[in-house]
Amino acid sequence: MRVEVDLRGRVCADVSAAAGEVLVVIGPNGAGKSTLLRAIAGLEPGRVRVGDDDWTDREVPRRRVGYVFQDQSLFPHLSALDNVAFGPRARGRSRREADAAARGWLERFGIPDLAGRKPRELSGGQAQRVAIARALATDPDVLLLDEPFTGLDVSAQMALRNELGEHLRDFAGVTLLVTHDAIDAATLADRVLVLDEGRVAQVGHPAEVAAEPRTPHVARLVGLNLVPGGDELIAFPPDAVTVSLTEPEGSSRLRWRGPVATLAPHGDAVRLLVHAAPDLLADLTPAAAAELGLVPGREVWLSAKATAVSRYGARG
Amino acid sequence: MTGPRLGRAPAVLLVPAVVGVALLVVPLVTLVVATPWRTLPEHLGSQVVREALVITALSSLLTVVACVLLGTPLAWLLARVDFRGRRVVRALVLVPLVLPPVVAGVALVTALGRSGLIGQHLPFTLPYTTSGVVVAHTFVSLPFYVLAVEGALRTHGASYDVVAATLGADRWTAFRRVTLPLALPGVLAGSALAWARSLGEFGATITFAGNYPGTTQTMPSLIYVALNSDPTVARTLSLILLALSVGVLVLLRERWAVGR
Repeated sequence: MRVEVDLRGRVCADVSAAAGEVLVVIGPNGAGKSTLLRAIAGLEPGRVRVGDDDWTDREVPRRRVGYVFQDQSLFPHLSALDNVAFGPRARGRSRREADAAARGWLERFGIPDLAGRKPRELSGGQAQRVAIARALATDPDVLLLDEPFTGLDVSAQMALRNELGEHLRDFAGVTLLVTHDAIDAATLADRVLVLDEGRVAQVGHPAEVAAEPRTPHVARLVGLNLVPGGDELIAFPPDAVTVSLTEPEGSSRLRWRGPVATLAPHGDAVRLLVHAAPDLLADLTPAAAAELGLVPGREVWLSAKATAVSRYGARG
Repeated sequence: MTGPRLGRAPAVLLVPAVVGVALLVVPLVTLVVATPWRTLPEHLGSQVVREALVITALSSLLTVVACVLLGTPLAWLLARVDFRGRRVVRALVLVPLVLPPVVAGVALVTALGRSGLIGQHLPFTLPYTTSGVVVAHTFVSLPFYVLAVEGALRTHGASYDVVAATLGADRWTAFRRVTLPLALPGVLAGSALAWARSLGEFGATITFAGNYPGTTQTMPSLIYVALNSDPTVARTLSLILLALSVGVLVLLRERWAVGR
């Protein structure tokens, strides 16, 4: 299925996805991730095509989407069961059918005993399960999840992420999940969609995107240094960087100079952020950092071994 | 009070405040004290009083119903639909809030009176009927209701309407199952306000519907008449209205205290 979105000048995306595929959308703040989802649901005006259908002039209730909003959006006056049954009923099922369907969904999410609870009586993780069940209960063509794990504590995030992964395997439609967390891309994505300034900067399998990032944002997410070099990009990990106070010898072009911005512990190492052109990360041992007398503001030279970097085309 | 000690309240503020309280409280206390409690049941039993009570109860109840039926959709329209001239419509709807009731009565006569611009074409007559009382009361009460409900609709915002729409609900379904239930406190508060306003309505009613015992004579109209003939009866009736109004106030305070 092909999803095309065009909000004049703001967000423009054209993605093909197989049935059942999960696309994780990442990108910096303001890249248009949420706007992309809102446009598909019809909450922002824009040209939208899904599969063979033009949704541009279709009213929101007529678009077959399931939307899990970033904030807790359960109807506060309805029980968990009634929240999940709301969609089927609004789409014309009888009360009995809708209730039965909703009960089924609560069971699949392992929370049938919460059916009678009001949203204010649910924990964050429980409420988010109800919200996801509610979105899936309408049997949508496209499932849209906007940072579904935000605001949950780490263990609740982990549990819900695993569960969501299972439910998405059974879901026949296309899923678009917006996140700023690399772990969501690694665990849930069939493919990763990188948005930058409203445009699709990169689409690919998670491992591919993590190994050869095309935007500084993704490079930072996966902890790689990314240096543009004409038609190609150069990526290398911080532990492949050598730090020195004087200009390194040899003829390698892989050398940069700049002041140390921050030093922070990173695992067993010390991670430097250096304001070179561009900003670069370098890992070195605490002993080496002490020996070099590194403090913020100190000018250093960075170099990378040619064998430790990967080079690839800037355009996929 | 355990706040920081900033000094004594100055007399220049204290004295006017006390005078204000006295002005508000003393007449009401006098009314309570001067009421002939012993003859109260006797006055309440008289036919003219019973009729006025029934008409007041009936018309204020019907007024609330009319406000709910007309005012809820109007409040929804003002709070949720972005149409041209919305600000103008809202301003017009609120005019009766500040309009002298007598002027409201004259306007109603001009429009709906027997020879009024619209009234002459109507197959039924409104002036000097109980229905006319309800129309006059609705005219003055509706703005209070609309204001309260629109406020309630705005506090919850349109975000739940959006959620309902993504779940496939059309606007009527969303209104019935989401918007209205969430605005219910506002609907109750608005109803209480409209009821209180209707209970005390005098100027517009007497101008438009007259003062006929048994058909259009409400409690306030009766009190007005009684004050000229038998002041004790007037006091007795006033006390009843005072009790009802205070009852509304208590009811509303609880509602609003919960909202805060």
